[in-house]
Amino acid sequence: MSPDIHPQAAGDIYPQAARSVHGDGTQTAHPPAHPNNIGQDVIRQDSSRREPRLLAAGPDAGWEQHLDTFGHWDPQAAGPGLLEALAAAGLTGRGGAAFETWRKASAAAGSGRKGLFPARPVVIANGAEGEPLSFKDRTLLARAPHLVIDGLLAMAAALGGAGMYVYAQAASLPRIQQALTERPGARKIRVVEAPETFISGESSAVVNMIANGIAVPMDQRRRLSESGLNGRPTVVVNVETLAQVALIARYGAQWFRQAGTSTDTGTRLVSVSGPAPVRDVVLEVPGGAQLSAVLQEAGMDPASLSAVLVGGYHGRWVRPAAHVLSPVGPPDGTARPGAGVIHALDLQICGVQATARIVTYLAGGSARQCGPCMFGLPAMASVLNRIAGGEINSRLIFELDRLGRMVSSRGACRHPEGTTGLVSSALEVFAADFRAHLSGYCAGPGGVAA
Amino acid sequence: MTTYLHIDWTSCDGRGLCTELLPAVLARDDWGYPVARGKVGRERTDVPLRDADREAAQEAVFLCPKLALSLLERTPPKPEQRTPGR
Repeated sequence: MSPDIHPQAAGDIYPQAARSVHGDGTQTAHPPAHPNNIGQDVIRQDSSRREPRLLAAGPDAGWEQHLDTFGHWDPQAAGPGLLEALAAAGLTGRGGAAFETWRKASAAAGSGRKGLFPARPVVIANGAEGEPLSFKDRTLLARAPHLVIDGLLAMAAALGGAGMYVYAQAASLPRIQQALTERPGARKIRVVEAPETFISGESSAVVNMIANGIAVPMDQRRRLSESGLNGRPTVVVNVETLAQVALIARYGAQWFRQAGTSTDTGTRLVSVSGPAPVRDVVLEVPGGAQLSAVLQEAGMDPASLSAVLVGGYHGRWVRPAAHVLSPVGPPDGTARPGAGVIHALDLQICGVQATARIVTYLAGGSARQCGPCMFGLPAMASVLNRIAGGEINSRLIFELDRLGRMVSSRGACRHPEGTTGLVSSALEVFAADFRAHLSGYCAGPGGVAA
Repeated sequence: MTTYLHIDWTSCDGRGLCTELLPAVLARDDWGYPVARGKVGRERTDVPLRDADREAAQEAVFLCPKLALSLLERTPPKPEQRTPGR
């Protein structure tokens, strides 16, 4: 951590107005908020910070813009104190599981020191982003690759000189490679292409791809933090998490905690999409943000939406009103951001059909290794499609529930229970639509809600 | 320390020998794959064993035609400690 940058100076490093980055690459500038302006625009104040953090260096920040915005800094200086800073900051993983980053890193650091010939650990920056509705990681890699690289270098230094990889889809690679060549100290970072499959970003699939060229999850008798890539202690960290690590290493835990709540600290990027004509947009929102305020920020009226998919295809459907976006909190009233996906469904779309489409996709996205998943998910998709297609048979609901309980937690990865969780939220949120379908009406655009 | 029967789902082919050797521990699902009786969560993949079942489990490990089973000796994880990357 660099002691000469005082947390109070944080405001000075954000000379630019906050920006929303749209999926098509364009952006909208918001007026910078005046600190005394609170009250005029209460919801917006609650919904998102005025000053950007992760994308502060502006569009497509090269090495020069990166240095201009964040200043010169040596990631080697992070050292072992980095993990303490991450613990104090309360940073959790931004890839989906929201596990505490310092614990994950410490586990690998501890394993690496054991034994007669200690194995050098490995850190992998995971930008695979197989979620069809997620685009925040590729946006971050395109616009602020140096912040991700800073975080990777700092994390590797903190783990005593760990090996380094960046794992991302083909479209992100040229920008990453360009960033690696234009900065010092990054020559040892290796870049591996992630296939465009749903499962390719699962942590054991990441290790399997780098080691064996096959991006499917591996059976884990031992944890990756004990024995991962080539038997070394391995930490697979989402690219946004690493960018947050870079900021915490520079400005400290207290600065990080200026955004968010005491239990959900800092900010996170979310990929927000919704019904046309709303444009897909990446927003940086504080921990514990109101879901309705985030939707408004993206240009949607929460009252005109039937439901919102939060967390991606392994997430949950929720009603837009009165939900807080946070990985911790009571189940009613808290929506777990997961991989940072927020996808709104308008009143014209039938939730049963939308869920059937997603589960069909997920069934096809199985790695076809583990029987319960390979057979169970297509069975669930089939039942859902029969309901969506108008089959009048109330036993189909019980069958869906039975199959969900059957497949859950039986596989090398969490694909089965992720899918089951989505289905159970659909049964809850779209209960009226399911009832209508099973009584022989609804079906098709218009739904019961319309 | 507790002994766990670890099921490698990527190798398991649902042959069913383990469910015959350990009928009190494992049932079979619709497709013939083992289901840990009365277990939820990751205990369906790392199935905790009673001492009485350990010998039969050992036999299942040796006889599984797909080499999908193994025994783990582990201290049970505390409920509040989730494990990363699992």
